[in-house]
Amino acid sequence: MSTVPARYEAVIGLEVHAQLLTKTKQFCSCPTTFGAEPNTAVCPVCLGLPGALPVLNREAVAMGVRTALALDCRVNERSVFARKNYFYPDLPKGYQISQFDLPFSEHGKLEIPDGAGGAKTVGITRIHFEEDAGKNLHGVTEAAGRSVVDLNRAGTPLIEIVGEPDLRSADDAVAYLKRLREILVALEVNDGNLEEGSFRCDVNISVRPTGSTQFGTRVEVKNVNSFRNVHKAIEHEIARLSGLADAGETFKQHTRQWDDEGQRTVFLRIKEGSDDYRYFPEPDLPPLILDRPWVDALAKTVPELPDARRRRLTSALGLTAYDAEVLTAHPKIGDFFESVLAAHPSDPAWAKRAANFVMTEVLAEAQAHGLTVTFPVTPRQIVEVLDLVTAGTISGKQAKELYGFIKGSSASPTEVAKEKGMAQVSDAAVLEQLCQKVVDENPKQAQAYRGGKTGTIGFFVGQVMKLTQGSANPALVNDLLKKVLG
Amino acid sequence: MELLDSSLLDAADAVRAGKISARELADAAIARIERDDTHAYLDFDPARTRAQAISVDEKRARGEALGPLAGVPIGLKDVLCTRDARTTCGSKILEGYRPPYDATAVAKLRAADAVFTGKLNMDEFAMGSSNENSAYGPVKNPWDKSRVPGGSSGGSAAAVSAGLALGTLGTDTGGSIRQPAALCGVVGLKPTYGRVSRYGLVAFASSLDQIGTFAADVRGAARLLEAIAGHDGHDATSVARPIDEYVGACGRDPKGLRLGVPAEYFEAGLEPEVKASIEAGLKAFEGLGCTLVPLQMPHTKHAVATYYVVATAECSSNLARFDGVRYGLRVDPGKDLEAMYGATRDRGFGAEVKRRILLGTYVLSAGYYDAYYTKAQKVRTLIRRDFEAAFAKCDAIVGPTSPSVAWPFGAKVADPLAMYLADVYTLPASLAGLPGISVPAAPSASGLPVGMQIVTPAWDEARMLTLAHAFEQVSPAKGKRPARS
Repeated sequence: MSTVPARYEAVIGLEVHAQLLTKTKQFCSCPTTFGAEPNTAVCPVCLGLPGALPVLNREAVAMGVRTALALDCRVNERSVFARKNYFYPDLPKGYQISQFDLPFSEHGKLEIPDGAGGAKTVGITRIHFEEDAGKNLHGVTEAAGRSVVDLNRAGTPLIEIVGEPDLRSADDAVAYLKRLREILVALEVNDGNLEEGSFRCDVNISVRPTGSTQFGTRVEVKNVNSFRNVHKAIEHEIARLSGLADAGETFKQHTRQWDDEGQRTVFLRIKEGSDDYRYFPEPDLPPLILDRPWVDALAKTVPELPDARRRRLTSALGLTAYDAEVLTAHPKIGDFFESVLAAHPSDPAWAKRAANFVMTEVLAEAQAHGLTVTFPVTPRQIVEVLDLVTAGTISGKQAKELYGFIKGSSASPTEVAKEKGMAQVSDAAVLEQLCQKVVDENPKQAQAYRGGKTGTIGFFVGQVMKLTQGSANPALVNDLLKKVLG
Repeated sequence: MELLDSSLLDAADAVRAGKISARELADAAIARIERDDTHAYLDFDPARTRAQAISVDEKRARGEALGPLAGVPIGLKDVLCTRDARTTCGSKILEGYRPPYDATAVAKLRAADAVFTGKLNMDEFAMGSSNENSAYGPVKNPWDKSRVPGGSSGGSAAAVSAGLALGTLGTDTGGSIRQPAALCGVVGLKPTYGRVSRYGLVAFASSLDQIGTFAADVRGAARLLEAIAGHDGHDATSVARPIDEYVGACGRDPKGLRLGVPAEYFEAGLEPEVKASIEAGLKAFEGLGCTLVPLQMPHTKHAVATYYVVATAECSSNLARFDGVRYGLRVDPGKDLEAMYGATRDRGFGAEVKRRILLGTYVLSAGYYDAYYTKAQKVRTLIRRDFEAAFAKCDAIVGPTSPSVAWPFGAKVADPLAMYLADVYTLPASLAGLPGISVPAAPSASGLPVGMQIVTPAWDEARMLTLAHAFEQVSPAKGKRPARS
């Protein structure tokens, strides 16, 4: 499956920039809006006007700390902001406030599926605070050749999560990003949107002869904006770098970017003197002191993370790994499912039925937008529908029909089932007649059954259900058929 | 106009008592500024000043309570943002620039009902010790117009000296309040770093910059400090500490206070006339019942080098925002972005600013950072420790503010190092973040002003003012003003 020639091994590390879902910007009280009129969510601070000063947003710090805790990072009691100096029109101060040699958290880890049913641990080097830049826009004004700048995004709080180069394939990288994203979304600190750029990824990659412990020359692929493209970009780079290695060609460390149209990475710039950002401690902000009691209090606000939830669903409730994965794909989906579960907690049969119903019916129409998911029904309605099935009032097939009637409304499933005359045929006398009819009409299968092929009973059940258009109680039909075929 | 030559407090009391209107005071100041030949003002708008004064008078007419600076004509260094006046920082790159907001210190003075006379000339971006770096031409020293007023707050010092305002705000990064105060014969007060909000002060060196006050007398400077001091939610480096009654501290008896006299402040480089004046001043302190404590502050000699690493590093970053993209000057050769940046900054910045940006960029560069910036931070700590050790033995440190009296224009322009040495006695307290004040001591034989510097431990502005006020009462310079032309 992998395109790596066996004699090369890829070494991949990811840097993720995640916008924090604070109400206001990192260093001023402007709102963090997306899609507002250009340059309306700005003030002297985020415009970098002369004399303006940054003041740290405590909400952003809390979100960063919760993320660090969820990723098993050490939270440093003292960290320091630093200025990263470079000129660019979308960077109003001529420097970005970031953290450099003393980040607020370090030494974390993240478990990812290894693709073979197991798990592997990926190290998190560090997480630090940053502020986002604005956006340069080209071709939006009449004036030919002019670019304009929108600074609404400038100063939006970011955390940069730097991963260890522990990843070995494109699959690893995508698995890491998905796990990381679901944690950020579960913490409600980031909306996980790659397309709008609120969750951005830079890929560092090199190849080396398999078995070697040294690193090859690496390239960085910037801002790849979907999981699919991350996968493609890595596959492309592995093949390209392996080809260079085969040809004995060397190259300088450089930055590339994914060209979606050409489905390849292209050279962007060489890493050299221009990358001297002249970092130094930000004199406008005192060191960030995170006192233990505050961090401990924040630790209590970290919810059950998706991995733990999946373990609970599989080990305590017997769901398959696949089901657990689907039902935790978004924290709100997990919450919805758990509300249904709560009607009959620790009942594996109920869990299985609820899981199947939620996955096949509800998720088909659930719409995720960042942190929120809109569901066509409430968990309460699903509980009611499934309770009708358990009670034998309606069949499984009818349950789906009933769901069709109630979705998008707040109607009571019990009422609707009554109105629509939906009731499962549980009249033994009626059903026995039908069973007899089906057995009589299919003597060959009846003989087979009697000859020991008891599996053919499924065929008879199916025929009875067909005759009743699904309204027969299947358990009862099963029993009656055994009697008739007896 | 006698009131303009009286003390800031007397004028404030007269307005509050209704003996004089804010309008009358403002008109007097306007009349003087219109005839001013020191070039202290960069932005002066009589209509704006008058309107502000009239609104103070109307406030009194309505019977509303007046602020502590009601009707007092106050000038502002042009590095402080004002929403109703241009803020150029003495630079071409900000020619005509109007900020959309007031600096916190400015807003506080407005709230205290002060009346603004205008924006005061300065060395470009507060970089300089002679005012010769103003892109709009230097301020002249009111005592001798062939001489420099000191810098960088030369306009703020000269305006008070020449009676063109009763008080002014300046900023001090390495001596930019105390040194021009000394050279112009007025009181200049730099508070503890963090005492006054820097919000709206266009940054030169963020870890050193501090807004302070000028007045003809110590109580005036104290009253202004009372108005602008205090924690500000817009400045993370401003500190929430109790503000003492600074005017109240003036007049307390300094008897028994121990004054440290560092040997290093009296070494080669100190002009004999200044030395004589300061030595006489030290005797005067003894006469007030203070004890002199001889001190060694061995790291003083490293202050200039340390300062020019730290300050230039910060300035190289702080001045990056002047890139022609959003405000101020833009020079676009029509080639590409790099060319626009280059041309704008080349045309917009003066020679000294460029020199410091280059120095600062160099000391922060990969491979040089540890040798310069990291080392300078370590020396800065040693200088701070010199003060800690000194304050274990004394309550304040006294000595000359400047090694020389005001020098003739052009005398040091060709020699930046000689110019940098003008701040040799003020830099250590700046690097340590300590409060310092310069009070007029006995003038030189040629009649030029000399300043006595008093430095106290952090947050102890009150004791500094007690000493300054007591010294002022016995100083031969008391009540002396330059001749009016």
